[in-house]
Amino acid sequence: MTLHLAIALDGDSFAADDWTTPVRQADEARLDFVTFQDSFGGRRPDAVQVAARVAPLTRHVGLVPVATTTHTEPFHLSTALATLDHVSRGRAGWQVRVSHDPAEAALLGRRAPLEFDDLFAEAADAIEVVRRLWDSWEDDAIIKDVATGRFIDREKLHYIDFSGAYFSVKGPSIVPRPPQGQPVVAALAHDERVWSRLDVDVYFVTPADADQAAKIVRRLPGRKVFADLVVGGRTPTDAAVFTGTTTQLADLVAAWSGSGIAGFRLRPGEDYGVSAITGELVPELRRRGLFTPSPQQRLRERLGLPQAVNRYQEVARA
Amino acid sequence: MPKQIILAAHFPGVNNTTVWSDPRAGSQIDFDSFEYLARTAERGKFDFFFLAEGLRLREQRGLIHDLDVVGRPDTITVLAALAAVTTHLGLAGTLNATYHEPYELARQLATLDHLSGGRAAWNVVTSPGAFFGENFRRGGFLDHADRYVRAGEFIETARKLWDTDGGEFAVKNSQFDIKGRFGVPRSPQGHPVVLQAGDSDGGRELAARHADAIFSRHHQIDDARRFYRDVKDRLGKYGRSEDSLKIIPGVSYVLGDSDADAQEKAHHIRRQQVSPQTAILLLEQLWNTDLSGYDPEGPLPETDPVLDESDTIIKGRAGMYPDRLKTANEWRARAEAKNLSIRDLIIEVTGRQNFIGTASRVAEQFDEYVQTGACDGFILVSHLTPAGLDDFVDQVVPLLQERGVFRTEYSATTLRGNLGLA
Ligand SMILES: Cc1cc2nc3c(=O)[nH]c(=O)nc-3n(C[C@H](O)[C@H](O)[C@H](O)COP(=O)(O)O)c2cc1C
Repeated sequence: MTLHLAIALDGDSFAADDWTTPVRQADEARLDFVTFQDSFGGRRPDAVQVAARVAPLTRHVGLVPVATTTHTEPFHLSTALATLDHVSRGRAGWQVRVSHDPAEAALLGRRAPLEFDDLFAEAADAIEVVRRLWDSWEDDAIIKDVATGRFIDREKLHYIDFSGAYFSVKGPSIVPRPPQGQPVVAALAHDERVWSRLDVDVYFVTPADADQAAKIVRRLPGRKVFADLVVGGRTPTDAAVFTGTTTQLADLVAAWSGSGIAGFRLRPGEDYGVSAITGELVPELRRRGLFTPSPQQRLRERLGLPQAVNRYQEVARA
Repeated sequence: MPKQIILAAHFPGVNNTTVWSDPRAGSQIDFDSFEYLARTAERGKFDFFFLAEGLRLREQRGLIHDLDVVGRPDTITVLAALAAVTTHLGLAGTLNATYHEPYELARQLATLDHLSGGRAAWNVVTSPGAFFGENFRRGGFLDHADRYVRAGEFIETARKLWDTDGGEFAVKNSQFDIKGRFGVPRSPQGHPVVLQAGDSDGGRELAARHADAIFSRHHQIDDARRFYRDVKDRLGKYGRSEDSLKIIPGVSYVLGDSDADAQEKAHHIRRQQVSPQTAILLLEQLWNTDLSGYDPEGPLPETDPVLDESDTIIKGRAGMYPDRLKTANEWRARAEAKNLSIRDLIIEVTGRQNFIGTASRVAEQFDEYVQTGACDGFILVSHLTPAGLDDFVDQVVPLLQERGVFRTEYSATTLRGNLGLA
């Protein structure tokens, strides 16, 4: 069975080249996507911008920045990610993050940190708002009708009128519908309590072995489950850590491939970096038929996710 | 050496300047369009590329405005992508101080400054309005008078964060109470360039105190000179030199083989910009009431404008008419004297075509504006996306270079350096 492959990038460099080099390697190796770690307060560049900065220099690879729902406006998140989808021609994703660190809250000074339930309830609302805003323009809303002088058909734009416990948002978006309709939404979910709360397309999970991976997959029917795997590293992490040769690593991928997981997100460690993954591991997995690059350019299609249905278009048609 | 002209390229967005119905018009959304205009500007050795912003779609008569360009991508995300396909061009984005937080925005701008090698600029705008607020958690909480208080403290706070070089900070003022570590090391420009675009007394004071440049609407030469003097005279009380604040109005231009040819083209463009439907909507913005029953080819209304500023017919656009009654009377007098229909009148009074003529006439006028204290340069707003700047770069830029008033090569790698700002 052929698997999806992704790389998790996390770096403290602010030099554009330090990002374009690994992302281009991933692009040339035809990996499905890269994720860009982010958090307020850490020494890191803004992940959405890093993803946008590399977009024009790559053609295939999906670009999935981390962005927090705790301290940002869902309206800003929605427009930034829709724009990332426009500038990358349909390769954008979003890894949802919540922030429970009081030090992070103090940077924004907006309010005290939230408890677990509230954090995730707010994140769930934020995802809902972001998705509604992506749908708020129908695909063919821009009509450029010279005869009537109308640039858009305003019947194809929709107020989202979201009202929740943490915020309310009127809409519609200021950004026309992104190429994918809905960029791919992902979340790290080592904790089971997260699965039930967040409506995402891709879950990054951290099983210790193939059996545990199979159990998780059974509990998340219809979702794309990626196993996080730290390769060649001693970085502190709750993901499984693997050290060994390329052959041994490929053996492990083979052993886990029967568990029903959609793929692996590899986190480069200290002695197995992006070049080793793209230059050694990927060719080995291709030889063994465990990885076959997708010919699709849009990330949703690369991952075999169903086409995004516009909820408002459905309503209008009904 | 004569004073050097600053040139910037505006990607035309949601005003009726953009003639989207022209067969040569491209997409307003596709990245290709942004890339094309940015590359053209860089080919012309422009100082920067400029993007406006609006956080909600405009409404008129309670409906989403549908005649002009509607919708645009997010400012800073587009600029980050443009950093990949340009090398020297400054990247200026309008970002609202009311609906962002200083930590978040300072971090984004510093990131952009790093990722572009020192080319980031921020056009600070403010909104008081509950209208935009309906898209945000904060809601419409700011009084009109307070928005410049917030904007000023916002800029001061951002600069404080930029100065930490990735270290600790604590800020406590009337708007913000924040502390911690700013995770971005000092960026190539130290402080990204700050532009300001409000025109009230509060806006001008904010600019005099905090901004590196002003994006203004003042482009008629006498008016421009008055504005220039007014703002530059305010600098002294903040201990700043005249050179430290650049004044750059947004202007449009039409080039022709002869001056008459350019005038004819300009007339044609104006008629495309102001369709009969658009003429009525623009008139309503002054009259502040539904005029859909009026004939665009007929006379102006005899009734007076509705003066209730708490409920304007257009939402999401900065107020442009401080004295509606006075302006309405002027328009009526003008229409009567010259026998103009509503549409003809609107074409005249909302005209923003400031520079019309042969390339050499336009070059000469640009030079005159800058050498005689009307402005320090221009933000060019062309009516065609994305190829609208081609003729300017091919025809006018070489003439400015011959006059020795515009660079032939970039002298610096940072925007600050190219603008001659410390
Ligand atoms: C030339 C110019 C350009 C402006 N561009 C924007 C813009 O892109 N986005 C925005 O929200 N407001 C924009 N504004 C509005 C200003 O930010 C401000 O809200 C408005 O001018 C009212 O402020 P004032 O009373 O100080 O003039 C612009 C204003 C001017 C004069």
